[in-house]
Amino acid sequence: MEIPAELAARIDEAITHYPVSKRSAVLPVLHLLQEHFRFISEEAVAWTAAKLGLEPIKVLEVVTFYPGFRQEAPGKVHIRVCRTLACAMAGSYEVMNKFCEVANIDRSHTSHHHPIAKSDDGKFSIEFVECLASCGSAPVCLVEDDLHERLTTENLGDVLAKY
Amino acid sequence: MASVEYLPGKQPHAREHRMIFRNVDRVGWDQSIETAIADGAYEMLKKAVTMERQAIINEVKASGLRGRGGAGFPTGVKWGFIPPTNTKPVYLICNADESEPGTFKDRYIMHQDPHQLVEGMAISAFAVKASLCYLYIREEFPHAAKIMEKAIAEARAKGFLGKNILGSGFDCEIYVHRGAGAYICGEETGLIESLEGKRPYPRIKPPYFPAALGLYMSPTIVNNVESLCHVKHILQMGGAEYAKLGTPNNTGTRILCVSGDVQKPGYYEVEVGKVTMGEVINDLCGGLKPGRSLKAIIPGGSSAKVLKADEKYKLKDGRELTIWDIPMDFDTMAACGSMAGSGGVMIMDDSRSMAWVINNLNKFYQHESCGQCTPCREGSPWMAKISDRIVAGNASPDDVDMLEQVANQIEGKTICAFGEAASWPTQSFVRKFRDEIKSVTKTDLSGKIVNEETKLAVAGLKA
Repeated sequence: MEIPAELAARIDEAITHYPVSKRSAVLPVLHLLQEHFRFISEEAVAWTAAKLGLEPIKVLEVVTFYPGFRQEAPGKVHIRVCRTLACAMAGSYEVMNKFCEVANIDRSHTSHHHPIAKSDDGKFSIEFVECLASCGSAPVCLVEDDLHERLTTENLGDVLAKY
Repeated sequence: MASVEYLPGKQPHAREHRMIFRNVDRVGWDQSIETAIADGAYEMLKKAVTMERQAIINEVKASGLRGRGGAGFPTGVKWGFIPPTNTKPVYLICNADESEPGTFKDRYIMHQDPHQLVEGMAISAFAVKASLCYLYIREEFPHAAKIMEKAIAEARAKGFLGKNILGSGFDCEIYVHRGAGAYICGEETGLIESLEGKRPYPRIKPPYFPAALGLYMSPTIVNNVESLCHVKHILQMGGAEYAKLGTPNNTGTRILCVSGDVQKPGYYEVEVGKVTMGEVINDLCGGLKPGRSLKAIIPGGSSAKVLKADEKYKLKDGRELTIWDIPMDFDTMAACGSMAGSGGVMIMDDSRSMAWVINNLNKFYQHESCGQCTPCREGSPWMAKISDRIVAGNASPDDVDMLEQVANQIEGKTICAFGEAASWPTQSFVRKFRDEIKSVTKTDLSGKIVNEETKLAVAGLKA
């Protein structure tokens, strides 16, 4: 695992935000690593632990707890569709099915610990996530960092076409 | 201050009172500090640093401000819980985890008016003497985190943050800390554990009241985004004047986040208690969808107990209210058996199956239970399983009663309020819509084992 100098500098800077306890920097360090590598590998866990002076299990337990950290690589474009009530009432399950149909993704093997499904060509991956806090413009999804609102089975093709 | 114009189609409703959302959807507005300063930003911080700390706390107490994150606890009282003999550093944390389903207000504050929050945090930090502050933003708001980081850097460059702010001798740093997709981090002690780099298992109170034993076992004040923004306006107006907004004990304005089966879902900032549920639906939100009638409302985020359309609520003062008459405040909502919570109002019309709705919520709580306490870790997946079975048409009527019993065994038996948050929806939906939910079950399954897993388990036990 190679950490580019610019990333290393950002990690070092993030650690300075926690003058009382370096352990507090676990989340920000993991975020920076995931942003760069797209997921948290075993190597990344070990590297973070060494960097912060922690036992690797202290990092791994955090990685496995939070749905926001992935332990395997997603597609080039990762989609998170909101599953919770307001979005579901506005059709997020239909939207999810349509996304899978259009992007050729099979979600039948997903589970609580393996929520992400990928398209055969590896371009897209998708998962259901809990409330994205945009219930007034439901249903919504995050494509990478961008929120897309008021999705319909008709307009989601336009959303995918942007990526 | 210049008059405020709003973007076409985004004009506030005449019943709104825009204070916190004054700059949301505003024409000519952007996130820069120049725009904010031209509009009067940071003037209240300049005033605050010349005041006695206790005087600021007294104003906040006098304002009657109640926390906008969910619990509705008086903010000034919370600040007063820092032990007077304290010698440890004090921390201020802004809870921007906004993850209660149905709630979407802090998103717009951070995306559109970041300096209002920075100023509110800086004033509050000065008042409680916190030189290190963290802004805990949920991971699903990546742009908000960048916007807030930029706003904080701008404020630091202008001397509103950093060393010796505005020559007051007071140092104050704010850092953005991003969560990673866990609802439990909205619980203040879970948030603190998360900020310490651990799994966010909530702490037991007592003794771990954050104001006494919080971050790094030091006094810590955790406030919601909207609450901290209100502090700035309280200083501007004076606590007594602010308290004239809204209704007694339910002061100020608050942002209602309306979703579900209405014509115009969205955010509406109103004086607390000055509009009724009926006015929210019919005036602010343009009514129900054509040809539909009201069935149920979750009035304060998904954890709030559901209200049924035909219920009557008898109040202590003798008044009898229908669901349409309930004023949108803290106290009446509680008297009607639910809570104003986080301001997330979810409207359901007669097209909705209540079994389907409770199943959706049970899946949420199953997913988000942190796993620390057994009743919640085991009970929330069972509630999801039973309601799955009901929705699939494979349940017996007894399963509906069992669903309620499982919820009863979670409530009050966990370290944090997640146990209540997970059980109240099931308890209230089952109690109020039992007949409807039972109507999708099959009586001929009563007393029989229909679940394949259970059949196998029983067979194994007998063998």
